[in-house]
Amino acid sequence: MQLPPALCARLAAGPGAAEPLPVERDPAAGAAPFHFVARPVRFPREHQFFEDGDVQRHLYLQDVIMQVADVPEKPRVPAFACQVAGCCQVFDALDDYEHHYHTLHGNVCSFCKRAFPSGHLLDAHILEWHDSLFQILSERQDMYQCLVEGCTEKFKTSRDRKDHMVRMHLYPADFRFDKPKKSRSPASAEAPGDSGERSEGEAMEICSEPVAASPAPAGERRICRHRSVSELFLKPVLNMCSVLRILGCTWAAALLILNSER
Amino acid sequence: MWSRRQGRLRPTVCGVEELRRRRREREAALRKARREQQLVSKRLLRDDAPEEAGEGCVAAILGETEVQQFLRQAQQGTEEKEREGALVSLRRGLQHPETQQTFIRLEGSMRTLVGLLTSNQALLQLEAARCLHELSHSEQSTVAEACLPATSYLLTYLSGHSSDFIELCLYTLGNLIVESEAVRRQLLPQGIVPALAACIQSPHVAVLEALGYALSQLLQAEEAPEKIIPSILASTLPQHMLQMLQPGPKLNPGVAVEFAWCLHYIICSQVSNPLLIGHGALSTLGLLLLDLAGAVQKTEDAGLELLACPVLRCLSNLLTEAAVETVGGQMQLRDERVVAALFILLQFFFQKQPSLLPEGLWLLNNLTANSPSFCTSLLSLDLIEPLLQLLPVSNVVSVMVLTVLCNIAEKGPAYCQRLWPGPLLPALLHTLAFSDTEVVGQSLELLHLLFLYQPEAVQVFLQQSGLQALERHQEEAQLQDRVYALQQTALQG
Repeated sequence: MQLPPALCARLAAGPGAAEPLPVERDPAAGAAPFHFVARPVRFPREHQFFEDGDVQRHLYLQDVIMQVADVPEKPRVPAFACQVAGCCQVFDALDDYEHHYHTLHGNVCSFCKRAFPSGHLLDAHILEWHDSLFQILSERQDMYQCLVEGCTEKFKTSRDRKDHMVRMHLYPADFRFDKPKKSRSPASAEAPGDSGERSEGEAMEICSEPVAASPAPAGERRICRHRSVSELFLKPVLNMCSVLRILGCTWAAALLILNSER
Repeated sequence: MWSRRQGRLRPTVCGVEELRRRRREREAALRKARREQQLVSKRLLRDDAPEEAGEGCVAAILGETEVQQFLRQAQQGTEEKEREGALVSLRRGLQHPETQQTFIRLEGSMRTLVGLLTSNQALLQLEAARCLHELSHSEQSTVAEACLPATSYLLTYLSGHSSDFIELCLYTLGNLIVESEAVRRQLLPQGIVPALAACIQSPHVAVLEALGYALSQLLQAEEAPEKIIPSILASTLPQHMLQMLQPGPKLNPGVAVEFAWCLHYIICSQVSNPLLIGHGALSTLGLLLLDLAGAVQKTEDAGLELLACPVLRCLSNLLTEAAVETVGGQMQLRDERVVAALFILLQFFFQKQPSLLPEGLWLLNNLTANSPSFCTSLLSLDLIEPLLQLLPVSNVVSVMVLTVLCNIAEKGPAYCQRLWPGPLLPALLHTLAFSDTEVVGQSLELLHLLFLYQPEAVQVFLQQSGLQALERHQEEAQLQDRVYALQQTALQG
């Protein structure tokens, strides 16, 4: 198929529309037995016209399997330790570290050290668990917001909220990021490492069987962080949500300063 | 994406011929599936480090005891490395359908896996997610449905920050979505649309490509037009999708392919296309078409047709919407460069992927049908002859070429004057010799228009044995009336 040489130049040149030639139709054009009518055509989803292109698309999707053998290995770097104070985890690949950081240190509550998968869930947790103002307001109005992104429903109690999430959003009844509070005091220094205490918003120990004592190094890490937490944050703090987040983000820095002053 | 996937065939495990054979088989299977309206394909991300893969060795099928053992080790092991290793072994076993079946039949297995998925040990979490991903790849709905307890967590993790993990969750979701309506029925109330709308703002290309894949699977569902597309259109997803398709330095081909297919599934369902036109879909897609034509000239890169195909489809279908006309009756898409770009793509298809020629010609029909301006462009840019060169490709292509020519000819004498003299009449005499009724029928329509608006052509037609060409078809039921009418015109003219 030979294209006129000027065509590429036309593509490269600026936009423009051709001045149309005059249109002049004769009624005899559409007279029987001829029936041609110029019209745009539309094809619906399942039309056979799309078969070839669809097959190409699916071959492409499946092609990933064919080419699986040579996935390059993660680039390794000289071993380094996580810089968050109290965390002794060591890594030799940046991807692993990124994932570790986001999972364990990313959205962490400054009060109880629980880690959450997203800022959204962390905000809800701080509001509901560590904000005295929230407790007061919730006696008078519906304050427990549905945890599903995009749903604006609010409820009187966390139990009502859970029921809503199970009924309307088909969430599991034991959704791990929405456990009802056990104690009512805000900012209590709950030890995250206690065996026997079930997963409560701290992203989760496996729940089907009681877990044996946590591995020793992890236990040590937790204890050393716990001590620092209680020293810094034992006094209840009445604060806006964003201030709490800011505190959460800089607690590591504060800790370093604190430790260096000793 | 393109660099990752190109030229990476499994090294010398099988020869080129074998690969071609397998590809032909897969293609035949896909065609059959499509005809039965059961076209389902999944993506598998497998990340084995070279030392794990071994020399062509395949992981062994795991029995019930082994699965239980690995799960217990992962859950209760004392050393983190040991726990991770147990999950890796489980994951490799899960590559087998038999192990998958064993796993889902084991009581408490999914519960344990979900517990590991939601643990705060990052590497365990990742390995558990990989196990789920293997399961999601199963071709049996029972396995996909066994993964239902995990979906709320997969969605929750989409608003996290670890891009590799999010990518894995998205591919897993995409695979589950396409396998079972039960999964989709659960994911919609669980908020998959808002979750995707939030996730699409990620800056990571790999995440966006995975998201596009998951969304395309959701949109392919049979119930999509009624149950899924309306909420997608009501969200911010369409605007973001169109942004991903804007040409420029930030355009990523892998991401664009996925979202172009998403857009195609939405548009051809005809739920609310004027909304998309309102978001600037026509101009974005038009500019993308220009960009594609430019790219096609510069590179030998195979794979551009994967993006070109859905773009052509979207444009063609959108052009049928009434909203396309503005108050003045002019089409929103008027740039002549679109025609130039389309022909460059047609040439590319002619050389590399002839099966896509009908799709390109479909767009050409929709552009020219009601547009004197585009018809004039075809004439002034000398595109009639290249168009005629496509006639021999196939009957379907011939009919479409002739239809486009009819679009031009029916606009009157000013247009027909530019069609004759020239290669058109000889080409028509040639197509009259075809046996396909539709091709001949369309040729007759074109002849009629040509004779009407350019009577001088009749003489030449007669001189070149036109009447004999017509006679061949005078017994054919669908053609006789028109043949007769043309014979009369020719004899009187």
